[in-house]
Amino acid sequence: MRSLPRSAPVLSGPLRLLIAAVLAGIVVLLSVKLNAFRDYQIAEIAIDVTAVAGLTMLTGLSGQISLGQGAFMAIGAYTTALLLLHLNWPFITALAVSAVATAAAGGIVGVAAARLRGPYLAGATLMLGVALPALAYVYPGVFGGDQGLNVVFTTPAFLGPSFPLTRWQAWVSSAVALVTLVLLANLHRSRIGRNWRAVRDNDVAAALDGINVAAARVLAFVVSAVCAGMAGSLLAIVTGLVAPGAYTITLSITLLTAAVIGGLGTLPGALWGSLVIVLVPTYVTDAATSHGLSSSVGSNIPIAVYGAVLILVMLAFPQGIQGGLRRLLAAFTGPDRKSRTWRAGPAPLTAQRDEAPADQHEKEGTT
Amino acid sequence: MNPGSVLEVRDVTVRFGGLTALDAVSLAVPPRHVKGVIGPNGAGKTTLLNVLCGFIRPDEGEVLLRGRRHDIRPHRLAGLGVARTLQGVGLYQGLSALENVMMGATSRASAGFWSALLALPRSGRDERRLREAAVAALDRVGAADAAGAMPGALPYGMRKRIALARALVAKPALLLLDEPASGLDEAELAELSALIRDLAAEESLVVVEHHMDLMMSVCDSITVLDFGKVIASGTPREVQGDPAVTAAYLGADPGGSGAC
Repeated sequence: MRSLPRSAPVLSGPLRLLIAAVLAGIVVLLSVKLNAFRDYQIAEIAIDVTAVAGLTMLTGLSGQISLGQGAFMAIGAYTTALLLLHLNWPFITALAVSAVATAAAGGIVGVAAARLRGPYLAGATLMLGVALPALAYVYPGVFGGDQGLNVVFTTPAFLGPSFPLTRWQAWVSSAVALVTLVLLANLHRSRIGRNWRAVRDNDVAAALDGINVAAARVLAFVVSAVCAGMAGSLLAIVTGLVAPGAYTITLSITLLTAAVIGGLGTLPGALWGSLVIVLVPTYVTDAATSHGLSSSVGSNIPIAVYGAVLILVMLAFPQGIQGGLRRLLAAFTGPDRKSRTWRAGPAPLTAQRDEAPADQHEKEGTT
Repeated sequence: MNPGSVLEVRDVTVRFGGLTALDAVSLAVPPRHVKGVIGPNGAGKTTLLNVLCGFIRPDEGEVLLRGRRHDIRPHRLAGLGVARTLQGVGLYQGLSALENVMMGATSRASAGFWSALLALPRSGRDERRLREAAVAALDRVGAADAAGAMPGALPYGMRKRIALARALVAKPALLLLDEPASGLDEAELAELSALIRDLAAEESLVVVEHHMDLMMSVCDSITVLDFGKVIASGTPREVQGDPAVTAAYLGADPGGSGAC
């Protein structure tokens, strides 16, 4: 009784924009202060945030698992690479076309996925994640085979010739990530997000409430695929190379790991999870090499430590990092904060519960 | 039969393999009428509700809503002015009580995906309208105080009220209640019975329930099912006195000669 499960507090519109502006400021500040390698990491984190944010909506809200987000990233990356390479399009247009292409792919996968549950859906999307990037080997003439496609991306002229490319890449990636986060937060707070959660919790009741359950599931897949596609598009211009080796099943699993570690269904969790999957391996590798371990030990320690960190985080925060932060916040701000979580009403819950006969709870089992 | 019926079921037959769950069942529900459906376990009551909601397609017969045939699918039912509560509670565990009730008003929402994505004023207005309707529905069933709570934290009786509010919020022309009294205490039963009579001033109801006292007091007419067949139909008093009904419930044959 004491630990009331509550619906996640969702930020109001102006507050969402303010937080996005603050994050943008932080990115600009960091990218100017830090070196080129750190700028590259900022871009990498922003790319992962974009993909993980879509995935955490899909899995956390609509209740569908996907082990195939890496394939959607590959679609976005190859679309962008081909458009930049052959048609010389500006990146923003290539990004938009990549988003449309992955939306179509997400729709097709979503229609199949809407009929599958749990392990069957995991299996089907796993197959997608393994098979689709391999198409690059099958059509080397178009996709460049193992070598992939080279992407040329430069800083715009108005920034001057001395502006570092990595900084510009970090800015572009972060801008896309922040816009994605704001739009997804809009969806999360709206009727669309509520419909997804309803379909996840009880699809029979959702149908009776007038929700087209299959359509809601497909929409969630399309949204997550667009996010992954834009992330792939960004990865193409940040790494300068689109090759199948970057879009293996490991990528798909890493994205799902980030969503779970950060806290499924929460957008801040997408940021925490992305920070973990980008920074932890780098720091551990740095530490291992600086201690002068032999290469056989030194090259394996990062993987072991990374795994240990993931296990520890999940043991400490079963609801992910965001869930853990929320509980800490609730513990510090006390019980009166709970009644403010909902804007709609004062909701004096305790009074209501005390009126009810104590034996009410037992009756649930009889139906 | 009666062209003014809100709901008319004509000779509906449903077979599951060799089992005939419903056998040429007919019934009609006039406007502002409370129709009770009773019968022993396995009589086909829930199957009948599932046919009305489009979860099961009848092998024979048809269902008319306000005199018209519809291709009834569960997610189109709300748009046709029909709402249903589920056996047990059937709330969304991850949604607050208020959000649960707002889901019931989905058919009245107009803002779509793009206005939600861009948080357009249209989407905000829509949400406010749904929230106001939901608060009013919660108030009507006496659960306004629970609006912010998650279902798992509420007592059973309160959860049933919220499920009822979710069905009421769309102001359906026809409300189907599946075992609304199960698990309620005496005081809550009295409230439920008053609420059903109150609702019948505006809409029609079909109530499937085991609780005989409640059914006798709230229903305008009762249809009794046994092994998928209608064995009696009429006012509560007529049904109560029908020997076939007594026989079905007690297992005796209609002559009352005592097979048990």
